[in-house]
Amino acid sequence: MKAAPFDYVRVDHLDAALTLLDAHGGDAKLIAGGQSLVPMMAMRLARPALLVDIHRLSDLQGVVRQTDGVSTGAGVRQAQMESHADVITALPLVKQALRWVGHQQTRNRGTVGGSLVYADPSAELPLAAMVLDAQIHIQSLAEKRVVPAAEFFLGPMFTAVGDAECLTRIDWPVWSGGHVGCAFEETAIRQGDFAMASAACQIQLNAQGQIVRLSLGAGGVSGTPLVFGSLTGSMIGQTLTPESAKDLAQSAARLCDPGSDMHAGVAYRTHLVGVLLERVLIQSAQQASLNAS
Amino acid sequence: MTTQHDIGIRVNGVLQRRRVEPRTTLVDFLRDELGLTGTHVGCEHGVCGACTVMLDDQPVRSCCMFAVQADELRVTTVEGLAPERGQLSKIQDAFCEKHALQCGYCTPGMLIACQALIDLHPHPTEEQVREAISSNLCRCTGYQQIVDAVMHATSPQGQAHV
Repeated sequence: MKAAPFDYVRVDHLDAALTLLDAHGGDAKLIAGGQSLVPMMAMRLARPALLVDIHRLSDLQGVVRQTDGVSTGAGVRQAQMESHADVITALPLVKQALRWVGHQQTRNRGTVGGSLVYADPSAELPLAAMVLDAQIHIQSLAEKRVVPAAEFFLGPMFTAVGDAECLTRIDWPVWSGGHVGCAFEETAIRQGDFAMASAACQIQLNAQGQIVRLSLGAGGVSGTPLVFGSLTGSMIGQTLTPESAKDLAQSAARLCDPGSDMHAGVAYRTHLVGVLLERVLIQSAQQASLNAS
Repeated sequence: MTTQHDIGIRVNGVLQRRRVEPRTTLVDFLRDELGLTGTHVGCEHGVCGACTVMLDDQPVRSCCMFAVQADELRVTTVEGLAPERGQLSKIQDAFCEKHALQCGYCTPGMLIACQALIDLHPHPTEEQVREAISSNLCRCTGYQQIVDAVMHATSPQGQAHV
């Protein structure tokens, strides 16, 4: 359980990191928190020849409230984000999701960007990014580009970030106008363990209680986190009842493709994600009806 | 052969300068280079919590980072909890009082996790204690005595004990 030998460079400028990535191709890996990469190196599932330490880059820091969202640097620690006042007030879904990310000890080191680029199918921040339609900034020596979450996650541990690129910032949209509610639910064998299934929802109602905006997603039940835009679109203008929440959750669960392992089979996980989806729908709608502003 | 790095880490208040290979984890550095064997090595991939130390006053898993990453930072290990040699800190004393250890393997990590909680919440609820130690595996105590120890250390009665 010891990592294979590698070289290490700590950089002070983003350009220095990008130059090293460009020169070494896939043999170099960025490290910031390392809470996924270091265990993979210990198990020798990853054997980078060079680690480029970016954890002190100021370009990748900062949580900034903008008019229609919150922008976080990729290098912001998960624990920092969890306790940031703007995240607590403007991004309650992300705040709820972060509580399920590993443990305090891993959140103190693990970064927001790291969790997204690692792209574990059961991870919480990728699911929150999908549900909120986060815009993800990626940079190489040659170009800067912005990729929406829906086009960012390509498969298990596989994202739009290329070998010579660095994820730099994440813009998380904030829903304005009041009557917004959200909920995040997850089931794991042990606290902090990989989710067997997770569900997240954000909903906005009008004064009459009709749905104005709805985003619903599930994690751990496919190669990437899923959102169910084709199902939620038809709910606009309707009122969420216990029956319609159940129907929607069941339809969404049927679109999931969970794997099977020693803890639970496909049928159990499909049932589980249906239950979690129903819960987040009901909880977020209840919360939205109480949140007038 | 990879390039070695000269690093300086302030461990329990003392600046320690060493030359390390990049792949040396922080926990191996503490144990093998500095002889601070209080911090235990368990799973070596971030699951068991036995290697928990404070890095700049925050609890982290020392098997999940390399010593080079801790260059210029501060580390507190279980050896740094007690005020003086031969004494026990409040939480260490409470662990004895409430039988919060048996084999002792998880104990250094548990003590650091509990101390980090108390630093943040001087009077935690039982639920907060359970969440704080959910990151650390113990196969002897069933956790109840550890919860009891933290509640004892943070109660007026426990504080009067030391």
